[in-house]
Amino acid sequence: MGEKVFMQGNQAMAESAIRAGCKLFFGYPITPSSEVPEYYANVMETRPEEGVMFIQAETEVAAFNMVAGACATGHRAMTATAGPGFDLGQEAMSYMSAADIPSVVVEVQRPGPGDGEILAAQGDYFSAVKGGGHGDYCNLVLAPYSVQEMCELMQEAFDLAQKYSNPVVLLTDATLAKMRESVELPGYKEAPDPKTVRNALTGCKGREPHKVVTCGDGAVQWEEFNLRLQEKYAKIAANEVRYQEYNMEDADIILVAYGSVARVCESAMKLAREEGIKVGMIRPISLWPFPNVAFEGKKGKKFLVVELSAGQMVQDVKLAVDDKKDVTFFGKLGGTTPSPKVVLEQIKKLV
Amino acid sequence: MKAIYEKPQVFTDAITTYCGGCGHGIVGKLIAELIDELDLRENGILVWPIGCSCLSDRYYDMDAFMALHGRAPAAATGIKRADPSKFVLCYQGDGDLVSEGMAEIMHAAIRSEKFTVIFINNAIYGMTGGQMAPTTLEGQYATTAPKGRKEINSGFPVHMAEIMGMMPGVCYSERVTVTNPGNVAKCKRALKKGFENQIAGKGLSFIEILSPCPTGWKMSPLKAMEWVDEVVAKEYPLGLIKDTTKEEN
Amino acid sequence: MNLVKINFDRCKECGYCIKFCPKGCLSKGDKINKRGYYPPVYDATNCIACGSCARMCPDTVLTVYKDVDVQ
Repeated sequence: MGEKVFMQGNQAMAESAIRAGCKLFFGYPITPSSEVPEYYANVMETRPEEGVMFIQAETEVAAFNMVAGACATGHRAMTATAGPGFDLGQEAMSYMSAADIPSVVVEVQRPGPGDGEILAAQGDYFSAVKGGGHGDYCNLVLAPYSVQEMCELMQEAFDLAQKYSNPVVLLTDATLAKMRESVELPGYKEAPDPKTVRNALTGCKGREPHKVVTCGDGAVQWEEFNLRLQEKYAKIAANEVRYQEYNMEDADIILVAYGSVARVCESAMKLAREEGIKVGMIRPISLWPFPNVAFEGKKGKKFLVVELSAGQMVQDVKLAVDDKKDVTFFGKLGGTTPSPKVVLEQIKKLV
Repeated sequence: MKAIYEKPQVFTDAITTYCGGCGHGIVGKLIAELIDELDLRENGILVWPIGCSCLSDRYYDMDAFMALHGRAPAAATGIKRADPSKFVLCYQGDGDLVSEGMAEIMHAAIRSEKFTVIFINNAIYGMTGGQMAPTTLEGQYATTAPKGRKEINSGFPVHMAEIMGMMPGVCYSERVTVTNPGNVAKCKRALKKGFENQIAGKGLSFIEILSPCPTGWKMSPLKAMEWVDEVVAKEYPLGLIKDTTKEEN
Repeated sequence: MNLVKINFDRCKECGYCIKFCPKGCLSKGDKINKRGYYPPVYDATNCIACGSCARMCPDTVLTVYKDVDVQ
């Protein structure tokens, strides 16, 4: 690990990405993600010895496709965006997953729909986790809840993208992006030699040509192509489930939350415990694959799912639990975040 | 015995999916000849578009990237920026480049990306079955312009080579065609110039090629060739539009 | 003599080689290939091996040789 600093989420995350060997950033400014491209642009000028390249794209559509091209060469590259910008990137998300391109995308959630607001929200769970592009594909989605975790998952994202030849989405929100926290920055990692990256376009000297193609050639061939992709997703689903459990041993009521609102729930859980209510918490870190295993064998427990949305992750929770009647939802909309006391009131309704 | 013309080495044995008489085939062959002549196979990455040429990766025995519709210049930007040592060719048709991907090609030119763009202008959407393109001529029939393209609905044909010529980031822009052996030779010279500009690290090179689409135009291949010369080239004049590399020499 | 070899099954019968041969060495054929086209037939008599036919062919059907030994 590197040095301990007090740093903003977006900036710490960008620094982590650079230290993970991601020297290429293609992006379009959009609040609340703009500190990431700004950070890259600054490092390109102030630390020329690190060979960082930043391109401000004309649109998110272009930025995502630039990332696709750059990552197809076996180099590490990324973009960061928010809400409507992520919408524009969806065609490339579908493409990159189909084309086995190991890319990393940061999506800082802000409240929609439409242009919306620039505060914290979790209403882009569906577009990140279920996929907003066409066809049957999956993004590996990681949801940190602190600046420290943002830094760590940022670095891991590049390894996972390469391991599975698939896009990885780091799903944060405006609160995590803008908050400043004490963080121990990860150390520098050497990016892999592009020639060792699967199917990388490095020029075909001494090997068979590599082709990055997502174009069907008849239903039989295309079914085979899809089945091969499904094998990839099954492998990710089997190996990359991540979540954290809190006070589960004796819990009667289990809070379920990810991202910034999980911090609120953590405080609410403590308040409830002080009042003698046995509350635990499950915090999904991988949103896809969803940690179904964390919800198994908990019949009779009451689940309170708290989101900054009208109820998106709660659908996955209902699929994961033994009895969906055990699941209650509490959501806040429009960029508002509940206080721990407000969540405590919701907990008390279940007692 | 001396071979005057042989199949270029970089070509595979695959038969193209193009219709008989399609200009894509003639241009594709010139690209292959130049890849051989300039020894680009092992260090090149070909970026293909969506359109009739989207399966081109299988015709060339070298690395390839099939981009999404209109996004070839963005993907090529990512590739060339990640690895500037590679020769990157960005090949696009008129639906791809002028319609869906107008922003991407304009901004690649604005940034003066150091790759070569080949633009096939056949004034129609070929792959999807003869719909109107932004380059369709006024009055020209298309399945989405059944009485011919009309200004009131669709405005005017777009002259990309001239637009590219106005961009400071473009070092070379020329419009050529492939309607007879002389024009094919001129087309090859223009492509070679565009390839060499990239090898020399100069700005974006843009070669627009007026190309016959016999199926989309509902003409015989020979009639389509005549139509390029007699009608299409009147709207889109052939010739060099810009070459800043000349001034440097 | 000169020679134009025709890769029979690649041909899509566009007619460019026939049209652009300056010496009239290629003409419409009457045998169908496996893709349903009628490739041209070649008569070497006046061929100057200029290569125009091959350069115009969109499908790399033709190979052109100059000064072939007659056996």
